[in-house]
Amino acid sequence: MNLILLAIIALGAIGLISALLLYFASRKFAVHEDERIGQVSAVLPQANCGGCGFPGCAGFAGACVKAADKGSLEGLLCPVGGQPVMEQVADILGMKVEASAPKIAVVRCNGSCENRPRLVQFDGAQSCKVQQMTGMGETGCPYGCLGCGDCVEACQFDAIHINPETMLPEVDEEKCTACGACAKACPRQIIEIRLKGPKGRRMVVLCNNKDKGAIANKVCKASCIGCGKCVKTCDKFEAITLKNNLAYIDAEKCKMCRKCEEACPKGAIHAINFPPRKPKAEAAPAPAQAGEKVPVATATPNVQNTQNTPINSKEQ
Amino acid sequence: MKTFKIGGVHPEENKLSAGSPIREAQLPKQAVFSMFQHIGAPANPVVKKGDVVKVGTLLGEAGGFVSAPIYSSVSGKVSKVDVALDASGLRRMAVTVDVEGDEWEETIDRSKDLVRLSDRPELDAKTIVEKIKAAGVVGMGGATFPTHVKLCPPPGKVAECVIVNAVECEPYLTADHRLMLEHSEEILVGLQLVMKAVGVTKGYIGIENNKPDAIALMTEKAKQYPGVEVVPLQMKYPQGGEKQLIDAVIGRQVPAPPALPIDTGAIVQNVGTCFAIYEAVMKNKPLIDRIITVTGKSVKQPSNLLARLGTPFSQLIDECGGLPEDTGKVIGGGPMMGKALLSLDVPMTKGSSGLLIMNDKEARRAEAEPCIRCAKCVGACPMGLEPYLLSRMSEQFDWEGSEQNDVTSCIECGSCQFTCPSHRPLLDHIRVGKATVMGIIRSRSQK
Repeated sequence: MNLILLAIIALGAIGLISALLLYFASRKFAVHEDERIGQVSAVLPQANCGGCGFPGCAGFAGACVKAADKGSLEGLLCPVGGQPVMEQVADILGMKVEASAPKIAVVRCNGSCENRPRLVQFDGAQSCKVQQMTGMGETGCPYGCLGCGDCVEACQFDAIHINPETMLPEVDEEKCTACGACAKACPRQIIEIRLKGPKGRRMVVLCNNKDKGAIANKVCKASCIGCGKCVKTCDKFEAITLKNNLAYIDAEKCKMCRKCEEACPKGAIHAINFPPRKPKAEAAPAPAQAGEKVPVATATPNVQNTQNTPINSKEQ
Repeated sequence: MKTFKIGGVHPEENKLSAGSPIREAQLPKQAVFSMFQHIGAPANPVVKKGDVVKVGTLLGEAGGFVSAPIYSSVSGKVSKVDVALDASGLRRMAVTVDVEGDEWEETIDRSKDLVRLSDRPELDAKTIVEKIKAAGVVGMGGATFPTHVKLCPPPGKVAECVIVNAVECEPYLTADHRLMLEHSEEILVGLQLVMKAVGVTKGYIGIENNKPDAIALMTEKAKQYPGVEVVPLQMKYPQGGEKQLIDAVIGRQVPAPPALPIDTGAIVQNVGTCFAIYEAVMKNKPLIDRIITVTGKSVKQPSNLLARLGTPFSQLIDECGGLPEDTGKVIGGGPMMGKALLSLDVPMTKGSSGLLIMNDKEARRAEAEPCIRCAKCVGACPMGLEPYLLSRMSEQFDWEGSEQNDVTSCIECGSCQFTCPSHRPLLDHIRVGKATVMGIIRSRSQK
């Protein structure tokens, strides 16, 4: 009996002393974490995609709290959550965020199998990075999409897929969060994170070819040849610049007048998500004069309609 | 018999063209001279459209110390100084010459007479290196590293011997083999010039034992050249790699990068380079032509052609009986390290050692299957690396891990991929990893 009592007392004493030790140790060496970090983390999407530029959502939350202490949340954006999430974050931190326009990934290549025939067959590992090491790739275009789907693999939101017909990646506008993972994965820097535009409408040059016009023209039917016609058309807004034989439309300056689309002799400029043209426009624009045989573009102009886009008679 | 110690594989030899003597290829109608024919800075074009050039006229001057000048191999008129597709699959700066006649610069000695070192006692080390540099000689084995750079060891490093790389371990290729049989003395004089340039008295010629006739001939001729020794080597790929050859011949190992082969005291030169050095120094002939093996199982006449640089590959194939119908792939170089060509209209360059035409069946890679952890690739790697690991790391973008596991030591010989029973594209991924890690290291050192 005595023995049992002794054991209980001894163990109890050890337990008590240890508990006290642990209690004081935990008080003394406690790591103080700003509770706001946890709160901010809780409203973030927890996709840990790294699209914000920080290592995961916790890293971003820490950065937000730090920035809030400094007085501004400027430059911090969770591309996945977008504006609503940033507002929640700002609420927690007692700050305000400026409205930011939603963005989307845009694949700047329209070198479908038809526009840009495959000249050789790549037999190595099916990865764009590997194919890029061979130089030109399967087609003659050293700037165009390689079609092995490194971007598809990089996407955590199932928002980009290769279209088996065109062999080009297509972005699902609903799912894309503009995290930029695909843009980083592309060894040819074809994918651009661009302003989504009002109602999702935007004007884009779907080409990345920086070769001189004659070479670019030869390798792909839908390439930008750097002729500069679009730049002239846009002299009012100056939204289009020509650099390295490649036109680029500044989404912030673009007024969506669609004149550049008509001016482009190669059909490299695309108006995305615009409603079909009104019937009266059918007779008026240049295509009607360019050639009677060419059916006038009445279909909804979207990414795939390059065939309908009349090609200027100047083409060699 | 000597060979290197770790790794290596035994690909089928297929030296189909070993018996066909070197013959001169016809002049091209139009020759294209890429300014990127060597490792290092590209050459800068010094001619413009409309200029008349002769054989041996300077077209592009060296763009730096690690660079080499480019000379015209034909006479005619410059028709274009613009980008053109080259064998690397990229459009890069090149000079195009429309060929008219065959007029040579007067300074070039075109006689076939052998000039020995004893005939030109006035040549000193500096003059030899200067002449080699001016002639645009680069490593002819395929790596195309400018030769004069190798002959100027960095301060603190001392050369002890010169090793001539006559291994030609790539299957199919026979250009070096034929060169040894037909120009043995010139190669030996070239070796003597290299030995004099770097101030050593010992020279080795490493030849694999699948070329007994070359070993016998070179051993016989080498008797007249003091300090030169022919070393027969056991057949094993990649014995022609610089590091493997040094290990095989003198038994020393090159430490991991950034150490250079010169740290072992050896300077390695290809037989083709020795021949080019002989021509540059003794005949004043810049590097304007080379021997190229055009071969393949379906090729009518597998041959060794002495062709002018800038000749389009399609013409060389025509001279060997045309492109076979069952062609699946044309490779610039040998089957192990060569690169498949995107177009046959690209011109041959200083590094074009062979043109291999594979039929459709040979050309196709077998489908990749999962890794079965057999570690055959580890056993085959001549650099003692772990290819399965490096490949996997590269696939998963683990560049730190790749760097820790010495991906930069990889010589891209392809032994791992050759030996893999699951046909995994190991080298494809390792190459990406190597290039990325090299880029990271470079940008780190710039900071």
